[in-house]
Amino acid sequence: MDNRIIGHVKRVNGPVIEASGITDAMMMELVRISEGRLIGEIVKLAGDTAVIQVYEDTTGIKPGDNVYGSGMPLSVELGPGLIGTIYDGIQRPLEELLEACGEFIEKGVTRPSLNRDKKWHFIPTEGLTPGSKIDSGFSLGTIVETARVTHKILVPPGVSGTIISISSEGDYTVENIAAEIETEKGPIAIKFFQRWPIRKPRPVKSRQPLSVPLITGQRVIDTLFPLAKGGTVAIPGGFGTGKTMTQHAVAKWCDADIIVYIGCGERGNEMTDVLTEFPKLVDPRTGTSLMERTILIANTSNMPVSAREASIYTGVTLAEYYRDQGYHVAIMADSTSRWAEALRELAGRMEEMPAEEGFPAYLPTRIAEFYERAGYMIVQDGSEGSVTIIGAVSPPGGDFSEPVTQHTKRFVRCFWGLDRQLANARHYPAISWLDSYSEYLNDVAEWWETTSGAPWLKNRAEIMELLQKEVRLQQVVKLVGPDALPDSQRFTIEVCTLFKNAFLQQNAFDDIDRYSSVEKQVRMLEIILIYARRGAEAIQRGVTVVKLRHMKIVQDIAKMKLSISNDDITGLDKLEVRLERAMDQLESIYE
Amino acid sequence: MNDISSIEKELLAGREYTGIHKIEGPLAYIKKTHPVGFQELVECVDREGNIRTGIVLDTSDDVVVVQIFEGTSGLTLPDTRMRFMGEPLSVGVSEAMLGRVFNGLGKPIDGGAAPPTEKLLNVNGRPINPTAREYPRDFIQTGVSIIDGMTTLIRGQKLPIFSGNGLPHNELAAQIARQAKITGDKSNFAVVFAAMGVKHDVARYFINSFEETGVIGNVALFLSLADDPSIERTITPRTALTLAEHLAFNKGMHVLVIMTDMTNYCESLREISTLRGEIPSRKGYPGYLYSDLAELYERSGMLKGFEGSITQLPILTMPNDDISHPVPDLSGYITEGQIVFERGMNARGIYPPVAGLPSLSRLMKDGIGEGMTRADHPHLSNQLFAAYSYVKDVRNLASVIGEEELTPLDHQYLEFGDFFEKEFVNQDSHEDRTIEQTLDIGWKALSKLPVEELHRVTEDEIEEYYDR
Repeated sequence: MDNRIIGHVKRVNGPVIEASGITDAMMMELVRISEGRLIGEIVKLAGDTAVIQVYEDTTGIKPGDNVYGSGMPLSVELGPGLIGTIYDGIQRPLEELLEACGEFIEKGVTRPSLNRDKKWHFIPTEGLTPGSKIDSGFSLGTIVETARVTHKILVPPGVSGTIISISSEGDYTVENIAAEIETEKGPIAIKFFQRWPIRKPRPVKSRQPLSVPLITGQRVIDTLFPLAKGGTVAIPGGFGTGKTMTQHAVAKWCDADIIVYIGCGERGNEMTDVLTEFPKLVDPRTGTSLMERTILIANTSNMPVSAREASIYTGVTLAEYYRDQGYHVAIMADSTSRWAEALRELAGRMEEMPAEEGFPAYLPTRIAEFYERAGYMIVQDGSEGSVTIIGAVSPPGGDFSEPVTQHTKRFVRCFWGLDRQLANARHYPAISWLDSYSEYLNDVAEWWETTSGAPWLKNRAEIMELLQKEVRLQQVVKLVGPDALPDSQRFTIEVCTLFKNAFLQQNAFDDIDRYSSVEKQVRMLEIILIYARRGAEAIQRGVTVVKLRHMKIVQDIAKMKLSISNDDITGLDKLEVRLERAMDQLESIYE
Repeated sequence: MNDISSIEKELLAGREYTGIHKIEGPLAYIKKTHPVGFQELVECVDREGNIRTGIVLDTSDDVVVVQIFEGTSGLTLPDTRMRFMGEPLSVGVSEAMLGRVFNGLGKPIDGGAAPPTEKLLNVNGRPINPTAREYPRDFIQTGVSIIDGMTTLIRGQKLPIFSGNGLPHNELAAQIARQAKITGDKSNFAVVFAAMGVKHDVARYFINSFEETGVIGNVALFLSLADDPSIERTITPRTALTLAEHLAFNKGMHVLVIMTDMTNYCESLREISTLRGEIPSRKGYPGYLYSDLAELYERSGMLKGFEGSITQLPILTMPNDDISHPVPDLSGYITEGQIVFERGMNARGIYPPVAGLPSLSRLMKDGIGEGMTRADHPHLSNQLFAAYSYVKDVRNLASVIGEEELTPLDHQYLEFGDFFEKEFVNQDSHEDRTIEQTLDIGWKALSKLPVEELHRVTEDEIEEYYDR
């Protein structure tokens, strides 16, 4: 099918090729260049010339080389076998490329995205027989893909009709036929896998309002700046502020069913880190290995730049496919700035007119299109599924006023700004409590309050107010020193310091601290607030701030994150009782 | 590849054209050629018959743009002959290159004969498949406390030095090359040194330093100095890394690659980019600077099932000490941490003048601790960072309200800060400290602080090391 010559190379400029003599081509068509069959995509058509963006190294391509058409847009293969696999930006399985061409990636080497030989055990949906009516998006049956994921074989979008035949329970490869359906346009055979163009969102029935938080186990995120399932968030930060660490922590511990981790133009060793670490880690909710819910897309910084551009679309399409099966999927895109830079580089090579800082004028449109593919949906068969997008942004010089950060802020509703000062002090996660915000706060408040039974929104507001107050107080301290402040204000600083050390800081490498359950977070916050309220009262009665600071219990509060595990939070109840008692004692002296 | 095109290729390879259409800086434009491949190697013969090397930057059916590494001075339009070689720029590599000096293209410039070639490799290399990588976790003891203790170097890491003009980055790089215990076995260790646009003295300094310690036989130098054509600098690191890859992955050696100065490399890229009229991004640097630097930095690491490794130590000078300048900024996004120099510390006579807080080693977390360095190392370094960070706040405060106004605790912090800088960071450029010595000095510094202030170390560690 790839032997149809549609034109010839006219000019080669890095990853961008101009072709002439184009006879039969469409926009965004997948094409192959020269005898090496490099993969490319048509991005511009004018008369009989076309501009092609090539996904591989173009060294050696010369004018006159053939351009072969495929008649279809750049697509991904969707079916069982995606989970646990590592792909490059155009869904080539990297482990198989390793077998095919060794440690260094050769160009022009392709392998099918889904293993063609592996057999999967298929169980057809009960009640489906020849003659049954079926609509697109409904499940023909299931395959257990991993211990954690049961894969539904869906009728592809746009196909509906009467079943002519359906495979019985048994073992099949992805290329076998799952069912044949008589549609208005004639019979269609449905395989165990389907293709879908990466730049086109998969259809759903309707969007739902967001109301369920995505619990990440990271206290600063869940309690202060929560993210909703189906929501979007940007994590901007200069180098070394911990974007990747935050992304990894969320990918490891969040309560999504499926994780799609896109390493877009980042370091090779980081992907290796994920590859070696994830299989060893156990999901606290299901007890299965984290790799059994993870798909990796690795397009490292030294891999071709146009494949980097495609990688985030590839990732989001895989995510939508699992969403359509009724799963909650979270995408980590690290980093969207590299993707934007790929756009800039390609636009520059195509000699397009630049807008801000050399970025093309359509940058905001592209960012918006990408983030809008997130959402909490009623999928075609009526069940619920969501795609949550967590995008890292790498602003040059850590300056948040640059175009990618600014445009991203317009299209996301949650913002976790990473702060250089905090990172320098090794306060991780270095999410700034001053710059960050979450518009999902009120959306998810009800969930939190029903689940925990605590006045979550009020407690959160109380601590946020203290943090804001502390900033102003710190400014005063910088001018006149801490001794000039009255004890009540010094106590506010004291509480905030405790809150930062005991609550906001979280050690990703500590076996207990790396993940905090909802209950633990709620109780921890309450204990700190009790200390704050009782302490403020005590000061009014004449207790000094030094006394409050040196209470033995304060040390225990500071270490509660490490000493009390998620499985047994009764320790927090005991701590609370001891705290109340210690406060009573202290006050009794001043009665 | 089918037969016809390979025959055609053979016939066309080496075809020569006399006369150039246009010369602009290091770029030559040739019209009416046969189909020339992108990035193809070109030999350019000038009027005197000297051969210069170039590669094809842009190819189309009417004009081909060739970048000439040795520069275009002395070329004439009608008399210059261009020979298209039909293959990408390659460099012959071999173990015999160790102990020799080459130019940026890999031609010997030490007066000796060209070493025998074991393999002919494309200088651009090929991206490493992420699944083939081995995650680096072997600690390298450099003998420099601030690096070993706080920003630990790991075998297979790329850790640049962000420096400024007049700061002792060369001394530190030479010290690391001298002292790094990459492996116990000397024969298994090699240094590949790439100089881009640095002065003769700098190159001389490194050569002397290598000779002094007797490792010169394990060092290959690629020099493209300040008076060589700037364009040659764009190929120098690629040539050097090609040899490094050969030594590491074909010969099983542990290779340390020192590249200095990356800022000069980036400036050469900017030069070519502006000449070609490309749309610039920040400060006139091309939009693909990130990808281009990544092509260099990512050529490091370890591979599963292979003995050798490539550790990179690029040096770059931050123009005007500005860490947000595109060159350090983009480098920091690619490399696995950075060692940042601070001018103020240098002025106070502290060597190495490494700024504690902005310096970072990303691979450190998996390479230190029990069984690798010492069990208390992770907590200790964390505590030192936290305390030192507070010292900076106290110093700022003291400069406003005066030292007398500080609380007694803050005074203790100041004392800690001074001890940390003078005893822990500061050391002689020939002093080789073991990791135990480094960590013990770290604890001595912490012992200047009251024990209640140490939140990040465990009770047991305090019991064992804290000096009450």
